[in-house]
Amino acid sequence: MEILKMDGVQLTYQTPDGETEAIRNINLSIEDGEFVAIIGPSGCGKTTVLSMIAGLMKPSGGEIFIEGKKVEGTGNDVGYMLQRDQLFEWRTIESNVMLGLEVQKTATPENKEYAVKMLEKYGLGDFKKHLPKQLSGGMRQRAALIRTLAFKPKILLLDEPFSALDFQTRIAVCDDVHSIIRAEKKTAVLVTHDISEAISLADRIVVLSSRPAIVKNVYTIDIDGKPLERRENPKFSSWFDVIWKDVSR
Amino acid sequence: MKKVLSLHEQYLRSVRLNKIKVLSIQLAILILFFSVWELAAQLNWIDSFITSSPSRILKTLGSMESLEIFRHVGITVMECIVGFIIASVLGTLIAVLLWWFETLRKVMEPYIVVLNALPKIALGPLIIIWVGAGYKAIILMTVLICIIVTVMSVLAAFLSCDDGKILLMRSMGASKFQILIKLILPNAVPNLISMLKINVGLSWVGVIMGEYLVSAAGLGYLIIYGGQVFKLDLVMASTLILCILAAVMYMGVALVEKFAKRFR
Ligand SMILES: Nc1ncnc2c1ncn2[C@@H]1O[C@H](COP(=O)(O)OP(=O)(O)OP(=O)(O)O)[C@@H](O)[C@H]1O
Ligand SMILES: [Mg+2]
Repeated sequence: MEILKMDGVQLTYQTPDGETEAIRNINLSIEDGEFVAIIGPSGCGKTTVLSMIAGLMKPSGGEIFIEGKKVEGTGNDVGYMLQRDQLFEWRTIESNVMLGLEVQKTATPENKEYAVKMLEKYGLGDFKKHLPKQLSGGMRQRAALIRTLAFKPKILLLDEPFSALDFQTRIAVCDDVHSIIRAEKKTAVLVTHDISEAISLADRIVVLSSRPAIVKNVYTIDIDGKPLERRENPKFSSWFDVIWKDVSR
Repeated sequence: MKKVLSLHEQYLRSVRLNKIKVLSIQLAILILFFSVWELAAQLNWIDSFITSSPSRILKTLGSMESLEIFRHVGITVMECIVGFIIASVLGTLIAVLLWWFETLRKVMEPYIVVLNALPKIALGPLIIIWVGAGYKAIILMTVLICIIVTVMSVLAAFLSCDDGKILLMRSMGASKFQILIKLILPNAVPNLISMLKINVGLSWVGVIMGEYLVSAAGLGYLIIYGGQVFKLDLVMASTLILCILAAVMYMGVALVEKFAKRFR
C-alpha cells in the first residue's frame, strides 16, 4: 500500500536578497513498511523535503499525501527525529518519551504503557528514571527514537540522526535503530550524506541533484539483513561505486 | 576495634567534614570581625564615635522603644518583598508577551534599551508627585529598578531556547501555548532562578534608595536620619540589620531554587 506520495513538489524560499529555489520538482511514492534513504549533495534541499512531509512548511507547488490525505500542517502522522537527540534535560527518560503523547493529548494508560514497554524492550528499562545527561550518546539516540515511536506515527523522518555520534557509536546505533524500526514495522525516510549508511539501512535510495533539487535516480537495494551484515556483503561495494558516481557527478 | 568504612561511607564522611569545615571557618570570620571591631573600639585604636562598635550597636537597639525598631524593619521588609514580587512576576509576564508577539518585541526593543540605561533615581521626583511620598513611591521605585532587567534577562533566556527543540515540538503538532509551557518556561528555570537572585539585591537597592528619597519610616530612613544627627550607632545598627535581612531573603530564594529543581 502506498503510504506517502509526493506529487510535483516544489519549494522556493523567500529571503530579503531574493528567491532561493530549493526544490524544483520531486515525485516520489513510498510503500508501507519501506525504508527509504535520501542522499544528495550538501545544501541540495534534503531537510527541506522532510520539513514539508512533516507539515512544518507548505510546498510552493505540488502536493504531498499521507495515506491518501493531503498534508496541510503538523499532526500525529509523522515522527521527526533530528540530528541531535533534543531530549529535554530536565525531564527523565520516561517523561521525555511521553512528550508526544502529552502534546497530542493521548497520554492514556495504554499508550503510556506502550511507550514504557518499548523502553524496556530496547534496553532502557533501567534508565527510565534517569536524566538524559546520565546516558551515553547511543542510548540517548535510542531514547529519542522511542520518543518518536511512542505516539505511533505513520511515517518516521530521520534527518542525519547519527551524524553527531562518533564512528564506533554510530555503527552500533545504526544497527539498533534499524532493528527497532524493522521490529515495529515502521515506514522510514532517512536523510544522510553518508553513502554506506544509506546502503546499509535502506530498501531504496533516492539520489537528489544539487540545488534546485530534482530526483536524479532511485535505486532498489537488493541486499538484505542488518546494517553490519550488509556492509560485509560483496554487493555492498558495487552499490557504493554506483551511487558514489551518481552523487558526485 | 574501629569499624571499617566502605568507600562510599568514607566519601560521604569526607563531604560532611568538608561542609563542617567551611561552615566553621565562615562562622569564625564573623566572630573575629566583631571581636576585633569591639576590641579596637575598647582600646581606642579607632574612634568609636565614627565607627561605632558592636556593644554600642546593641545598646542603641536596646534603648530604642522596643517596638520601634520592629516597626521600621517591618515597613522596609514589606516594601522590599512587595516590590520584589511585583517586579519578578510582572517582568516575567511581560517577557512572555514579548516572546509570544514578535512584532511587539521588535517595536519595544529600543524603548527597553533606553529605559534600562536610564538611572531610575532620576524618576524620583516624578514618582513622588504621581503616587505621593508614602510607601507606594518606594515600592514603585523598587519595581522600576528591578523590572527592566527582569524583562531583558528572562526574554533573552526564552529566545535562547534551541531551535531544534522547538522544531521537534512543532513536528509533534504542539501549539504555541504548549511550546511555552512544556519547553520555553522549564528550559528557562535556571535563568529565572538567577533572575530572582539578582532581584533580591536590586530590590534592596530600590527600597533603600526610595526611603532615602521620600520616607518617614524604614531602615533607609533610620540610616539617613542617623547620618544627619550624627548618630552613627543607629546607622551601623540599621546597616547590620539590612545585611541580615538580605541574607535571609537570599536563603529564601535558595529554597525556591531547590523546590524548582525538583518540580520542573
Ligand atoms: N529558511 C530558509 N530561508 C532561505 N533559504 C533556506 C532556508 N532554509 C534552507 N535554505 C536554503 O535552501 C537550500 C536547501 O536547504 P536544506 O537545509 O534543505 O539542505 P540540506 O540538503 O538539508 O543541506 P545539508 O546537507 O547541509 O543538511 C540551501 O541552499 C539553503 O541555503
Ligand atoms: Mg539538512
